[in-house]
Amino acid sequence: MGKMIIDGMPVEFTDEQNILSVIRKAGIDLPTLCYHSELSIYGACRLCNVEDDRGRMFASCSERPRDGMKIKTSTPRLVRYRRMLIELMLASHHRDCTTCVKSGDCELQKLAHRLGVSSVRWGYKERTHEKDRSSPSIVRDPDKCILCGDCVRVCEGIQGVNAIDFAHRGTDAMVIPAFNKEIAKTDCVNCGQCRVVCPTGAITINTNIRPVWEALADPNVKVFAQVAPAVRVAVGQAFGGAKGENVMGKIVAALHRLGFDDVYDTTFGADMTILEESKEFLEIFEKGGPFPLFTSCCPAWVSFCEKRWPEFRNNISTSYSPLQMLASVAREYYADPKNSEGKKILSVGIMPCTAKKAEILREDLKRDGKQNVDYILTTEELITMIKRAGIRFDLIEGEAADMPFGIGSGGAVIFGNSGGVMEAALRTLCEGPERSAIEELRNSGVRGPGPLREFTFNYKGHEIKAAVVSGLAEADALLRRVKNGESFYHFVEVMACRRGCIMGGGQPAHAGYRTKEARKHGLYESDVNTQIKKSNENPTALALYDTLIRGREHELLHSHR
Amino acid sequence: MSEKITSIDELNTLREKYHEAVKKEDVRILVCAGTGCQASGSLKVWEKMSELAKDTNITVEFATHVKHPHVHKSGCLGFCEQGPLVRIEPLGVLYTKVHPEDCEEIFDVTVKRGEIVNRLLYKNKITGEECYNQDEIPFYKGQTRVVLKTCGTIDPESIDEAISAGEYQALAKALFTMTPDEVIKTVLDSKLRGRGGGGFIAGKKWQQVAGQPEKIRYVVCNGDEGDPGAFMDCSIMEGDPHRMIEGMIIAAYAVGAQEGYIYVRAEYPLAVKRLTLAIQQATERGLLGDNILGSGFSFKLNINRGAGAFVCGEGSALTASIEGKRGMPRVKPPRTVEQGLFAKPTVLNNVETYANVPQIILDGAEWYRSIGTENSPGTKTFALTGAVRNTGLVEVPFGITPRKIIFDIGGGIRDDRKFKAVQIGGPSGGCLTEAQLDEPLDFDSVKKLGVIVGSGGLVVMDENTCMVEVARFFMEFTHRESCGKCVPCREGTLRMLEILERIVAGNGRMEDIDELRSLADLIINTALCGLGKSAPLPVVSTLNSFMDEYIEHIQNKKCPAHVCQKLKQYTIDPEKCRSCSKCARGCPVQAIDGKPKVPYVIDQAKCIKCGACMSACPFKAINVA
Repeated sequence: MGKMIIDGMPVEFTDEQNILSVIRKAGIDLPTLCYHSELSIYGACRLCNVEDDRGRMFASCSERPRDGMKIKTSTPRLVRYRRMLIELMLASHHRDCTTCVKSGDCELQKLAHRLGVSSVRWGYKERTHEKDRSSPSIVRDPDKCILCGDCVRVCEGIQGVNAIDFAHRGTDAMVIPAFNKEIAKTDCVNCGQCRVVCPTGAITINTNIRPVWEALADPNVKVFAQVAPAVRVAVGQAFGGAKGENVMGKIVAALHRLGFDDVYDTTFGADMTILEESKEFLEIFEKGGPFPLFTSCCPAWVSFCEKRWPEFRNNISTSYSPLQMLASVAREYYADPKNSEGKKILSVGIMPCTAKKAEILREDLKRDGKQNVDYILTTEELITMIKRAGIRFDLIEGEAADMPFGIGSGGAVIFGNSGGVMEAALRTLCEGPERSAIEELRNSGVRGPGPLREFTFNYKGHEIKAAVVSGLAEADALLRRVKNGESFYHFVEVMACRRGCIMGGGQPAHAGYRTKEARKHGLYESDVNTQIKKSNENPTALALYDTLIRGREHELLHSHR
Repeated sequence: MSEKITSIDELNTLREKYHEAVKKEDVRILVCAGTGCQASGSLKVWEKMSELAKDTNITVEFATHVKHPHVHKSGCLGFCEQGPLVRIEPLGVLYTKVHPEDCEEIFDVTVKRGEIVNRLLYKNKITGEECYNQDEIPFYKGQTRVVLKTCGTIDPESIDEAISAGEYQALAKALFTMTPDEVIKTVLDSKLRGRGGGGFIAGKKWQQVAGQPEKIRYVVCNGDEGDPGAFMDCSIMEGDPHRMIEGMIIAAYAVGAQEGYIYVRAEYPLAVKRLTLAIQQATERGLLGDNILGSGFSFKLNINRGAGAFVCGEGSALTASIEGKRGMPRVKPPRTVEQGLFAKPTVLNNVETYANVPQIILDGAEWYRSIGTENSPGTKTFALTGAVRNTGLVEVPFGITPRKIIFDIGGGIRDDRKFKAVQIGGPSGGCLTEAQLDEPLDFDSVKKLGVIVGSGGLVVMDENTCMVEVARFFMEFTHRESCGKCVPCREGTLRMLEILERIVAGNGRMEDIDELRSLADLIINTALCGLGKSAPLPVVSTLNSFMDEYIEHIQNKKCPAHVCQKLKQYTIDPEKCRSCSKCARGCPVQAIDGKPKVPYVIDQAKCIKCGACMSACPFKAINVA
């Protein structure tokens, strides 16, 4: 607690850990390239340097606020240093900005523009490193790396994966996987969080736009898409809409205009997942183990568990993820020539997630040697396609998703939030007067801030111990506790990305605190507005059990790991 | 295994016992086994001496009570220029440049008869007098040896000798007669300042660590001496490891630490070997480990070898390296005293700082403050190198002038050349010029001159040194050794180096001077760690003192010291040329042409300044300017 003077303005501070936060609170957007509030303080870019009244200069990200401090944030000296720092970074950067995928969205480019760096007086760096395209999810381009270390810290600190780190010294320093292996040959789980924090084009999404677009133009191919819950609250902002606004209708309309023949809603698949997963849970619960049962929706989590905690891999639910559920059922649906019109079928998932690009390639998810999903487009790629096609997203009218896979419950919509899968699953176990039970569940601790939430749920007089965890480092710690017998749970939801799919690796990056909150509320809001709250009340999903999938649930809806 | 010492009385008895034993060994032949002397062949001398001493029939004629002479390897005696050094006790005679062939004569004349082999004595360069005794040599006369007190007079591989020389007495005093607070107060009162470069008051660090709520604490010794040309800490670790270990144990007692680490660079294998042995012996003797000397205090000491990164000498990079992480400085706060090694409160001092502690505890803060200056008490070891006559390791009181070190102790400039500058503080320091030689040498005074005391490298440069090249050399070093974390250090040193390379190659522009200054200003003010912030100092210092040399390089494309290869101009003196064509045949780029009986000529446009013609010419007809 205290008060400091920032650029002559008195500013109160409370529990801010560093001066930078206080400065930003005061409405000054001090430039940074290596500061993220959720990551450890790194202090490498030196852009957030400020000056105190004694002329002492220090990085505001790593200095604690003290009462009575007097800080100046943009003296001529500071501005000169900032420009030089950007100039130095640009000098060693591969500056093919005009053709870089990150152009227009690059933090370095934005800062250079903002600070008025109009020329670079030092030599240009030749391209010397090959791009690493080994991963289905991300592409690494070391020549565009500015060594801010954000990716390293998110991979280590938040995800506990440690797939990349620094190597070499001085200007030879690089961020690479151990022994400079291809990223696909490391413990990387494809979560894409490195790409989310990367300020430049050094780590980008491995895009599948081109083959999808070609298929869309092919009259002999019927292309259908499904749109994941988290996508609908992350697109609008890119077209001038409100943060976190649910624009599912517009997305469906835009996809139709792009040439998708059918557009489905992954919430339908989510309801199927819940139906199968809650069934699976009840069986285990009644059988008395093995506990805990882990959710299976998140492919980065599944990959992490298989690589780091193989002893728990059989504790993961065998139920398909919502993406695979819908795709598998749709495959059956299109097997009928009446529905496919005799055309080749291409299955596309519009996902907030880079790990889904790897999930669709998994052998255990193939049926008859064929993938259920052909391509994944991330939210970012969808936005790119809409922009490239010149569709005025702000002006188009919303449309409803196509049937028979166009309806999902409220429980399915909140899948995109950390805790959503657990809440949807437990909803199906709610008894008594509907609303109050659902209300009670909502306030049980399944929702809330923080990467780990533990709570209990009463089911027919039995206590279900449940946990919701997001961020793999947190999940790693939970698994360790479970293994050591320090913690016990019946049911655990794991999402690899902090806050869940709304902050997935394929979502538009540069989401600040307000955007994150808005996305979360956008999904909870959508749940409030649906009539069908529980997955086991989704009429179209239930109907399938009597038709398409009758007797083939295990074959069509479960993985065979 | 040796017996554990479990009380202060036992320590004293043992000390007496060893002291007697050492006294009985009246004739001791100490062969310097410091790295410098080893490099000039002292181990061969030691082997030969040991072999000679094996002959049991030797009778020491001049001291009949002595049964047999003993040969020992000693720590660095400091006078590396004159190595291998051999010291014979009790005579106190120091022989210089001893070769294995000299050993028999030394045995016959000195060991047996107590007479002197005059030709092996050091001769005063100015008076021509022979120095019979070590203390008479001007190199030693100007020194005050506190830290190096026993370095060179005991066998560093024997804890018995260390104990007999009085080591671990300070530890016993601290453990049994002082509280931890009293120890801290004594160190605080002594105003001992960190010898690693920063000059932070050591006692304050200790006090801060002792005041932390966290009870698991560490004591870490920085032995990652990385400055080019510096070998002070190396000599202490090799020559008297017990002194600094004792200092560390005292520090641990003072701050309540249970475990300590010595971080030594792997390039110091001898230091690692001797420290390992010293720790092992001290543990066996109960001076380390559980219940030290029966006091109830326990302390464990580990050695960690650094892999050679200069940046690991920076505190937070060093602790990260010990933890097994990438050696990279981190932002502060939290400071090392709050969250250092394994995020626990940590005392981190360098070798020389710890080595000062035992004597302070024994003789008191007041005694310590009587040496040196008011705000920089005590002594400082320096590695005196470069164009000075007597290179080596010296220890002088703070406040001494650089002139005294260079001209009295160092014997002046080699080959009677003119003094130009002395580089102090290594890559983080700068140059002192002739005009600054009479300023007192202490932490605060040199800061006013724009340089730092640093860890103690003193590189003397004569008129044949190009100061732009010196700046380039240090910039190349800091650029190469930058960890690559913060932008100003990583990218800024690269660009400064590029500019300096351009200037020494004759492609400089006058704007380069401004650019160097603005980059230096940026790095000094914005770099993350101390090493980064000080990286441009050699350039700034040479720009301030030797601007004319820069201008000469840039405008006239000339290197006044004739050092910069690309700026040299080779010409053939027509008077001396005999047209033998050897130069033309030796020229790799066919830049020399001529006819018989006509002097040959070098085509300056083609010449690549390799100097091949110069070595080929039998008539010394090639000039270089």
